[in-house]
Amino acid sequence: MEIKKTPLFKLHTAYGAKFVEFAGYQMPIQYKNGVIQEHNITRTKSGIFDVSHMGQLFIKGKEELINDLEKILPTDLNKLSINQCKYSFLMKYNGGIYDDLIITKIEDGFMIILNAACKENDLKILSSVLENKYILNLREDLSLVAIQGPESKDILEKIIKGISNLKFMNGNKFNYKSTSLYITRSGYTGEDGFEISLPNNIAEEFVKKLIENGSALIGLGARDTLRLEAGLCLYGHDINEDTSPVEANLKWAISKQRLNSKFSGSNEIKKQLENGVDKLRVGIKPENRIIARESTKIFDKNNNEIGKVTSGTFGPSVKGPIAMGYVNNSHAKINNKVFLEVRGKKVPANICDLPFYKKNHVKGEANV
Amino acid sequence: MSNLKFSKEHEWIKLDGDIATIGITKHATEMLGDIVFVELPEKGSSLEKDSTAGVVESTKAASDVYIPVSGEVTENNQGIVDDPAKINADPEGAAWFFKVKIKNKSEIDGLMNKEEYEKFAKESNK
Repeated sequence: MEIKKTPLFKLHTAYGAKFVEFAGYQMPIQYKNGVIQEHNITRTKSGIFDVSHMGQLFIKGKEELINDLEKILPTDLNKLSINQCKYSFLMKYNGGIYDDLIITKIEDGFMIILNAACKENDLKILSSVLENKYILNLREDLSLVAIQGPESKDILEKIIKGISNLKFMNGNKFNYKSTSLYITRSGYTGEDGFEISLPNNIAEEFVKKLIENGSALIGLGARDTLRLEAGLCLYGHDINEDTSPVEANLKWAISKQRLNSKFSGSNEIKKQLENGVDKLRVGIKPENRIIARESTKIFDKNNNEIGKVTSGTFGPSVKGPIAMGYVNNSHAKINNKVFLEVRGKKVPANICDLPFYKKNHVKGEANV
Repeated sequence: MSNLKFSKEHEWIKLDGDIATIGITKHATEMLGDIVFVELPEKGSSLEKDSTAGVVESTKAASDVYIPVSGEVTENNQGIVDDPAKINADPEGAAWFFKVKIKNKSEIDGLMNKEEYEKFAKESNK
């Protein structure tokens, strides 16, 4: 299969990007500055992320669509007001997660942002659940650009008036010259920021404008350190078809009202909420500088294996190694001491609260 | 620094009498990206040619550091352990990794000179 490129590929190259293949796309892992500087630029100023590889799915419909979507999403979609976004999941029948997503109610239906690696499979799953009653439009003509960090609001406001009035996890239509864009106040870094859905043919021009106004391109390398510091899950690593939202410590994303109704995997979820779970996703902070990467085994003080790391890196803002993973429920207490097996040695670490880095969101309906 | 010799594992080595100073090349640091952790061999440890002598980790991944000649570690650079970013800043100078008393000088002969290494690095980058 040929590797796909986003409409911003030329711009990435011009800014000295190093590329990596991700979900079938040639994506920038870093630019000339390197991961740590790019991370710090996003935390202190403003960074631009090309996330055009992600799926932008539009489904038109009203009441009936809500009922049908609720067969597979554990979110109370009736409660969503127009332009409001929610973090949710495509649920598997066993209580596992096919994908995590952001769903936004728009005038004539819903917009759903899907993970790049999952989007084609998600489309099949949704088509089957929705029984081909609706048109599912996975838009290839749109790019997706995130701008994140404390200065992003002022930078974007210079280009698009009124953007500062958006509340966290809300979106709206805006105009850039004569083109209509859909912008939400959301992100994946733990910082205030926006995600801009725009036609492919203006993506490069628009991003250049953001750069001219003081933002900078940031690669996937820093995107990973930023999201991990913010305690956010990466699909395929921290969550997958065999982890439930309860085990992943994401039960806040399941609407309470929905526990009285059925959705894919709801029986399993209810059971887990009543009886507890065997494993739980936790934050893990190694005591020294050693980084515990994905798949590192976790042991208790008696040398019993109690879990595995699912993401681990060096946190540039935390200035030390950070990780998350699953441990047996009985070990999932804050400050519980565990041992990580790295290159044959057992290194001490502590279970800790997430996020590692306190977020900087603008007040609103903060629930991420 | 034309008296440097280079290994295929992207280490450089500089000989002064029978003491060799070893580090990783600028090319290696460019491939790794920002280095955030380093583990060095202990002073006094005896290492065989081409065995693992330490680890460097960038934000992205961990890589082993190999010793290109056999010898006994006489010194390691604590400065880069405390501040691994120094490795990116001056890999072929201040950010040396460790020094060894070498066993067999002829092992050096099998290594590449600067010109050969640059060609090798360019090829392996493709």
